[in-house]
Amino acid sequence: MELAGASEPTILEMRSITKEFPGVKALDDVSLTVRAGEIHAICGENGAGKSTLMKVLSGVYPYGSYTGDIVYQGSTVRFRDIRQSETAGIVIIHQELALIPLLSITENIFLGNEPTRHGVIDWVAAKRMAWELLARVGLSDNPDTLIKDIGVGKQQLVEIAKALHKSVKLLILDEPTAALNESDSQHLLDLLRGLKGRGITSIMISHKLNEIEAIADEITIIRDGKTIETLNVKDDGVDEDRIIRGMVGRTLETRFPPRTGEIGEVLFEVKNWNVRHPMINDRMVVKNSSFTVRRGEVVGFAGLMGAGRTELAMSIFGHSYGTFLSGTLLKDGKEIKVNTVGDAINNGIAYVSEDRKALGLNLLDDIKRSIVSAKLSKISKASVVSKVDEYQASETFRKSLRIKTPTVYEGVNKLSGGNQQKVVLAKWMFTDPDILILDEPTRGIDVGAKTEIYGIIRDLAAQGKGVIMISSELPELLGVSDRIYTIFEGAITNEISAEQADPETLMKSMTSTEKRAPKL
Amino acid sequence: MSETATRAPEKSGGIRDLRKLFAGGGRQYGILGALVVIVVFFQWQTGGKTLDPINLINLINGNAYVLVLAIGMVMVIVAGHIDLSVGSVAAFVGIVVAQVMKALSFPGLPDGLAATLTVFIGIIVGLIIGALVGAWQGWWVAYVGVPAFIVTLAGMLLFRGANQFVGNSTSIPVPQEFKFIGGGFLLDFGPDFGFSNPTLILGLLVAIAVIWQERRSRVAQRKMGGDVAPLWVSIVRLVIVLAVVVGATILFATGRVGTSFPIAGIILGVLVLGYSFLTNNTTIGRHIFAVGGNWRAAELSGVNIRRVNFFVMANMSVIAALAGMIWIARSAASGPGDGVGWELDAISAVFIGGAAVSGGIGTVAGSIIGGLVIAVLNNGLQLLSVGADRVQMIKGLVLLIAVGVDVYSKRQGRPSIIGLLTRRRGGDLAPLDPGKAPAGTQTPTPSAGGAEETVRPPDQQPER
Repeated sequence: MELAGASEPTILEMRSITKEFPGVKALDDVSLTVRAGEIHAICGENGAGKSTLMKVLSGVYPYGSYTGDIVYQGSTVRFRDIRQSETAGIVIIHQELALIPLLSITENIFLGNEPTRHGVIDWVAAKRMAWELLARVGLSDNPDTLIKDIGVGKQQLVEIAKALHKSVKLLILDEPTAALNESDSQHLLDLLRGLKGRGITSIMISHKLNEIEAIADEITIIRDGKTIETLNVKDDGVDEDRIIRGMVGRTLETRFPPRTGEIGEVLFEVKNWNVRHPMINDRMVVKNSSFTVRRGEVVGFAGLMGAGRTELAMSIFGHSYGTFLSGTLLKDGKEIKVNTVGDAINNGIAYVSEDRKALGLNLLDDIKRSIVSAKLSKISKASVVSKVDEYQASETFRKSLRIKTPTVYEGVNKLSGGNQQKVVLAKWMFTDPDILILDEPTRGIDVGAKTEIYGIIRDLAAQGKGVIMISSELPELLGVSDRIYTIFEGAITNEISAEQADPETLMKSMTSTEKRAPKL
Repeated sequence: MSETATRAPEKSGGIRDLRKLFAGGGRQYGILGALVVIVVFFQWQTGGKTLDPINLINLINGNAYVLVLAIGMVMVIVAGHIDLSVGSVAAFVGIVVAQVMKALSFPGLPDGLAATLTVFIGIIVGLIIGALVGAWQGWWVAYVGVPAFIVTLAGMLLFRGANQFVGNSTSIPVPQEFKFIGGGFLLDFGPDFGFSNPTLILGLLVAIAVIWQERRSRVAQRKMGGDVAPLWVSIVRLVIVLAVVVGATILFATGRVGTSFPIAGIILGVLVLGYSFLTNNTTIGRHIFAVGGNWRAAELSGVNIRRVNFFVMANMSVIAALAGMIWIARSAASGPGDGVGWELDAISAVFIGGAAVSGGIGTVAGSIIGGLVIAVLNNGLQLLSVGADRVQMIKGLVLLIAVGVDVYSKRQGRPSIIGLLTRRRGGDLAPLDPGKAPAGTQTPTPSAGGAEETVRPPDQQPER
């Protein structure tokens, strides 16, 4: 295509894409124009149609299953599968990484594209190329390392190296930083800028608006399957609030609910908690940690991924992680014994996992069964479950938490991320806990639902419960909690009240010393 | 979004109400439809021999053991395991029971009492041995953590060998009185109308139970927010079910003199009711589905996973013991070749009945229907004098096609051919309690506000 009148040529134009599923129009006349060499962000609430659009582009939904045209590098393309789009230089990296854990980095990079000599894989060449590719993404690990042995941040880089090997021209990243901590995210964003310098165009789907603001050249906002607008970050003076306005169609005045309710006496106390890694005997994942939670208080836990936040929480929750070594739990000043998850539930402790799909829900179940699943005894007599009580209990939560579903008979797999998270919260609120441990309660859910979840958290505190909130997002910790502990390499390093805390102070305590360079 | 707008309004009338006839049981009704088609086909091909009282009694007596096994097997498979040892365990228990009953004698007692005591002790010994075998296998699976496939593969060899060791690789006959549980009938009484009176009473009890259940489910639906189907739907459904009950009652009541609905069938019926209730309505049932659906989530919800795994494995062996005893009672002797291949019949029945290979999905009723499909196929093909070679080939294909259609329709997000009866969006995550979940709620109308965002078709779900 000739110069499209603008400063840079258009690499991709998707025109009037409409994609229907039985009964639902997922994309309705969506258009997207991406210029060569830019970073183009796509924003929208969960279920807005972002991922569907990218699946149309990459051939996951083959030509013919949608209407509209895709013009790529000047010609109309009709991809029938991912292979065809990859051949054309379009590579999509999904949120859930498609790497094989028990294969090495090299094997993963070349999977499906193995360099061969006389029909036999040329591992020497493969390894040499792997070194080069890894260098380009800033990874110094040995390419023989197994994928399972490197962190999720590095895995993301391996995915990009894999894409580079396919001579990518247009790189699509679906929520690339969702599972990354701040320093890993930063590294990834720097890498994207570097790729941009080398002429690789990127399309990035993300919920992290600060990152988008920092890195994107243009932003296309999709809402309810329609293109709302395309913003130029520099020219239009885009900031987070501007993006949110486009995404939700209204301004969210207060993203964080007010702190209401009284903070009471100490409800829960953890003393000198020590936990060892389940496999590696000389590795301590939680070191001598002590902290308190008061009634009506939201206590934040800040720490980088792998710092031991989840490990601490799960270990408190009935020794669900690692090998428990020592430590005591006090509730209302009295020591409690919590050796199993059952003990934890009976003592009024609830744990909402960071991974709701793998650890929080049985995706085969419906909403009502999910909500009552952690305390069936509450609705059963002599081990016989009362289905009427079950319905009524779940219906109460559907209303009070505003779970968007026609009925509680719907399968949880059909709900959006935010509504699934509400079901998990309902499941634990159903157990009548005094202490709720919420591990990344807003991960991967859209802005509107996040605000609702913050409201639920503050409500729980206002009812006199103690809430522990673990989060990777500092603004959320600062906005919701009353007091924040920082944790680094398994040890609690600082305790700050939310009023006195700021992101810089927290980050400093989360990385122990200022000098520590962010490592991957 | 307002409260009411999130509820998909149900249009009443016409086709939607008609669907409520088959409320809830999606896949099960599909396979039930297949069963009816097969029965009708053989009835026509054999010139009426299929639905003949004597044949039906044979059908039930000859397949009771597989159907009983399928009940235990569906629980094992729902929990995410498999049990390959059931045939060998059944054979082992059979031979021990036969040996024990042979060895027992009560010289001082009158013959009748001695025989009853022998049978009673035999059954108790059999169940205890089943429980011990089950505890053994359950321990390896639940507490040591060896996959059930391996544990029961070992059990298959172990207990086959044990059968031959105990029985010296020979057949051991069982006492006449023991045959009652495998090939016996209810004792007739009262005036002779040309029908078997106990069968009539049994039929009457079943009919009352069916009516009571329908009424109960209407009351429950009203309390549970499901839109209650119009009365005529309930009535039509009742008429269909009652017609089947009456038909079956008359068939079984008009067999040869002295026959009635077989005892093995009654044992089976009691087990089906008991285990359906266990899986649908009790906490242990919920826990089995939770472990099979996502054991890690179950563990973090306070479910004692080891206990659940131990229970399903132990329970399976007790049921295998029962199946073994029903078998030796019917064949009047326990031999070294008993129970060969039973595990495969039971597993086939469960999968034809709609259970998921990866666990978490399956029903007792579905598995029984699946077992009946195999049984009727076997029986009908035999009546048509089709050789055992071809029968096996046909059974293999039926299993493959039944599961293949299921898998294919799930992937396409379309209801399967047989599922068209109960067409719903969203493949087949059938509610696990047939008849309880209100109909229609499974098909939210997309026009309702909010339904679009929350209820997405399966192929729009992010791939996992």
